[in-house]
Amino acid sequence: MNETGANETSKYLLEARNITKVFGELRANDDVTLSLKPGEIHALLGENGAGKSTLVKIIYGSLRATSGHLFWRGRAVTVPNPAAARELGIGMVFQHFSLFDALTVTQNISLALPSDVDIGALSGRIETVSNDYGLPLRPDALVADLSVGERQRIEIVRCLLQEPRLLIMDEPTAVLTPQEADQLFVTLARLASEGCGVLYISHRLEEVRRICHDATILRHGKLAARVDPQQETAASLATLMVGTEVAAVRTDKGTAPGAPLLELSSLSLATDDQFGVSLKNINLAVRAGEIVAVAGVAGNGQGEFFDALSGELTSSNNATVKIAGVGCGREGITQRRRRDAAFVPEERLGHGAVPNFPLSENVVLTHHSVEATRLETGDGMAGSAVVRNGMIDRDAARYVNRVVTELFDVRKGTPDPEAQSLSGGNLQKFVVGREMALQPRVLVVNQPTWGVDAGAAALIRQALIDLARGGSAVLVISQDLDEIFEVADRIAVISRGEMSQAYPSEELSLERIGLLMAGAHEAVARNAGEAGAA
Amino acid sequence: MILVLEKRSRRSQAMVWLSPVLALGITVVIGGFIFASLGLDPFKALYIYFIDPMTSLWSIEELIVKAAPLVMIGVGLAICYTANVWNIGAEGQLTMGALFGSAIPIYFTDWQSPLVLVLMLVLGAIGGALFAAIPALLKNRFGANEILTSLMLVYVAQLILDWVIRGPWKDPKGFNFPQSVSFEGWQLLPLLGEGRVHLGAVLALIAAVLLWVMMGRSLRGFEIRVIGNSPRAGAFSGFAQKKVVLFCFMLSGALAGLAGICEVAGPSGQLQPVISPGYGFTAIIVAFLGRLNPIGVIFAGILLAISYLGGEAAQVELGISDKMAQVFQGMLLFLILACETLIHYRIKLAPGRGAVKEA
Amino acid sequence: MGALEAVILTIITASTPLLLAAIGELVTERSGVLNLGVEGMMIMGAVCGFAAAYTTHSALLGVGAGLLAGVGMSLLFAILTQTLMTSQVATGLSLTLLGLGLSGMIGEGFTGLPGIKLEALNIPFLSDIPFIGPVIFGHDILVYGSLFIVAGVAYVLFRTRLGLIITAVGGNHHSAHALGYNVLRVRYGCIAFGGACSGLAGAYLSLAYTPQWIENMSSGRGWIALALVVFSTWLPKRLLVGAYLFGTVWIMGLYVQALGVDIPSQLLSSLPYLVTIVALIIISGNKTLTKVNTPACIGQPFAPER
Repeated sequence: MNETGANETSKYLLEARNITKVFGELRANDDVTLSLKPGEIHALLGENGAGKSTLVKIIYGSLRATSGHLFWRGRAVTVPNPAAARELGIGMVFQHFSLFDALTVTQNISLALPSDVDIGALSGRIETVSNDYGLPLRPDALVADLSVGERQRIEIVRCLLQEPRLLIMDEPTAVLTPQEADQLFVTLARLASEGCGVLYISHRLEEVRRICHDATILRHGKLAARVDPQQETAASLATLMVGTEVAAVRTDKGTAPGAPLLELSSLSLATDDQFGVSLKNINLAVRAGEIVAVAGVAGNGQGEFFDALSGELTSSNNATVKIAGVGCGREGITQRRRRDAAFVPEERLGHGAVPNFPLSENVVLTHHSVEATRLETGDGMAGSAVVRNGMIDRDAARYVNRVVTELFDVRKGTPDPEAQSLSGGNLQKFVVGREMALQPRVLVVNQPTWGVDAGAAALIRQALIDLARGGSAVLVISQDLDEIFEVADRIAVISRGEMSQAYPSEELSLERIGLLMAGAHEAVARNAGEAGAA
Repeated sequence: MILVLEKRSRRSQAMVWLSPVLALGITVVIGGFIFASLGLDPFKALYIYFIDPMTSLWSIEELIVKAAPLVMIGVGLAICYTANVWNIGAEGQLTMGALFGSAIPIYFTDWQSPLVLVLMLVLGAIGGALFAAIPALLKNRFGANEILTSLMLVYVAQLILDWVIRGPWKDPKGFNFPQSVSFEGWQLLPLLGEGRVHLGAVLALIAAVLLWVMMGRSLRGFEIRVIGNSPRAGAFSGFAQKKVVLFCFMLSGALAGLAGICEVAGPSGQLQPVISPGYGFTAIIVAFLGRLNPIGVIFAGILLAISYLGGEAAQVELGISDKMAQVFQGMLLFLILACETLIHYRIKLAPGRGAVKEA
Repeated sequence: MGALEAVILTIITASTPLLLAAIGELVTERSGVLNLGVEGMMIMGAVCGFAAAYTTHSALLGVGAGLLAGVGMSLLFAILTQTLMTSQVATGLSLTLLGLGLSGMIGEGFTGLPGIKLEALNIPFLSDIPFIGPVIFGHDILVYGSLFIVAGVAYVLFRTRLGLIITAVGGNHHSAHALGYNVLRVRYGCIAFGGACSGLAGAYLSLAYTPQWIENMSSGRGWIALALVVFSTWLPKRLLVGAYLFGTVWIMGLYVQALGVDIPSQLLSSLPYLVTIVALIIISGNKTLTKVNTPACIGQPFAPER
């Protein structure tokens, strides 16, 4: 490299030049370049599937690029595996933690460090460093007993113990309450002031504008833009990420809501899973024509709550769950579907759909015990029952598949492919559409747009709103506060298995929701009461 | 350079049909090598093993006699394995079915009527089903591993048979041999034609076709496939996993029991300490070779019956141990599993681990 | 030799093959792999051990041959399940079927031949002490070996980094891979260790227990060993206790008959199998015990990205 070249690159901590990564027929990264200075918090933005995770895995050595170069502090390097990355001084906090539930904090961290680290001294160091950076941890706690936020701390402290020069964080605030996120930002600012670089992956634009100095935007695997986020608005960043203007969701508040179609009274459910969350005394009502959202950080009982609503978990008391005024707490999911209720679970593959079944067979999954599909296509044809006399009518199932594909713009290679071959967004559209095809009076959705591209997310949210405006009751469980504020009429918060009351969405601020997530229900109720009385 | 597996974007339809054929081909080739190493002409040995059994009417009849229980048990196991329910105890269920069914001619030796045969067959199926219900209930209630419990019960069933045949059910006029009275008249399965082919073959065929329809078209078959693929999706669909477990075990147990009483009331003609040459275990291989499809199981059963016959013929003509058939069968299953990988992955040459590649 | 002495000795000899096979499978399962082929590996160890011992007139060489046979079979299993990602349950079953058939074929020439016995280590002085001598000091190397292996496994699993890595790989193989550990290599090693132990168990049967080769002489011990691992909730200490309990049940039949009680011999022979079922019911029904120690990834194939 000539002298100019050396000068050009030396001010950067990390440079990834012309990185390309190909998986089979998919170009996850296509000639991407990114550069980052010491002490800089650099955002890596992009939609789901844009290639952010792939790029950082290459930087961290978990994947090897098909072509391209990496430069660390001015020198060309190869990073064959994560251990090499750590030796260079690169630390990474993944979105999905690499933790072992059955082991302690110290054991987990020791596995991530080189084998010559003294385990005895490690516990002490963990305690010191974690407290120092405002992320306290008990070294001999079993990971299985910790909350999601605490588990993230283990991941961060693990990196900090190796005194990194670059910390990569993949969607860190997805699992944090607003207050926990604030604490994280303080920690990151401290790291940056010490000269450590931070590569911050996120799709949360307000956050990025708040803390990041620089941003690289990826779109469909390619480099779309390089901007200063503080000079941009959230809308302009979104446009750069998606490429076209994303239509805002129409949230015309229609007529006043009608009678309650879904009522939960004193719903309690003890869990026999030692890693599960018990539900305690939940009261909630969703009326015809409205959308009620249940906000909450992952791991507070959303899964159990969904199962209690869908009927996968039944209660001994029939009155705890009522659909259209009729108690059905003891009934299973098929009977609840017969009462015109429909459900969309969090996990598309393996729960909402069978991965290696074709879409038409996945239709049978929830349509088998209800009468004819009531959606009609433009040519006026109505569907017939998918199962008659215990035998499956494949044509009827295919018909539903066609209708759903058309109405929900499901994009796929062939008319009836395996569910797992669809992209996340398209599969989610199919699953939501399949339930909408039952024309339910009550719809319960868990994480409607998790891992879904912006276009599909907008379509799904609009469909939820349209369903509600048509007179159905919709309950949305979500970790995405932006989404909740976009669609919900009323918002409740679930925390450690307990539910707050549902407040009209205008009355709740981000700060209040944060308090509710932390379980301070009474404090917020008092505040709201005072505000109302004032 | 190393061989790596690259996941295909879609399951290879060609390989779904080709992989069992490929496995069979490799087994034959390896068999040829084994014969050669034993100092035999590999082609002659392979001919005796695989082609000869199909050349005479007599041997085709023997083929059917051996294939019938394999197919009958195999289709039941195919359903089980589709649901991810691991019934390894078919041999024990076969034994209990034989026992239950034999009770009629043993206790009512002189009763002759078409009803006797029907009752024997029904009791055989019930015996197998009840015995198979044990591991199912233990799994549902206690979470006990069904592979181990169903297998332990095989040993128990064989010991029960042994006790019964040397004790209370021994033929008093049998010169103290461990065997029951010989069955006569309606206590024996009717024969088809001149040879030893009996009604069991027809029953096996009917069972295969019925189950094929069930799996392909009915909601019950759909339920089984969903539970086997994604139990959570099954729960979401309103299917109860425990009911499916019990159903699959009892179905396969009934079929195994039926096969058992057919063996006793057919080729054997009486209850003896050894009823089957391991049909319950060979049926496991039949189920896999048939790719867990009832129609495929028919062909797989015939194929494995050929290997049994071939083994006997080879022992007589070439002096090869009759255990060779078992070795063939074990190898075949191994290779079937290995070749199945090709459905989901393709084999490629790739550079070894190391540096980031330059453009 | 007194009656009590004789009883203790037979319990020890009956328990040793169970212990050997089970401790090997425990390590395999700890790394997240379920190998149902224990019976097949054991019987191959028995026949190869006998064949080698007979041809070389050395029981020790026979033991070595048994160990290698077990390792060889287990590597076949490893290649299929780890590299080719086949179903572990189906592959393990086929390993057993293959082992039973192959051992029958190999063993045909050795049936009925006089056995080569693995001699007891007659430690001078110590083994001459009445009662304690034969009971504690009068065993062959495989008996002592089994106890040594159990102690060694316990030490490695709970006090060394290797043990931590094995537990991590079995608990969450994705996390282990993300941290840079070679999941496949760890599993290959644990599978081979399991194979070696099963092979030793088989060699013990044909060289020490009944110094002879009899077809299918393992009689389902391999399956009982699998149940033992579940029963022990993957803890070596519990495994030791369990193995000796089962060993006692195994030979109980002989003693009950000797006492002149009129029970059909078949019922006594069925005791080990019935007790196994009962043990599985007891331990599996206790959810807290099993959940905590179960290697969470057991039976799941691991497919790394490239």
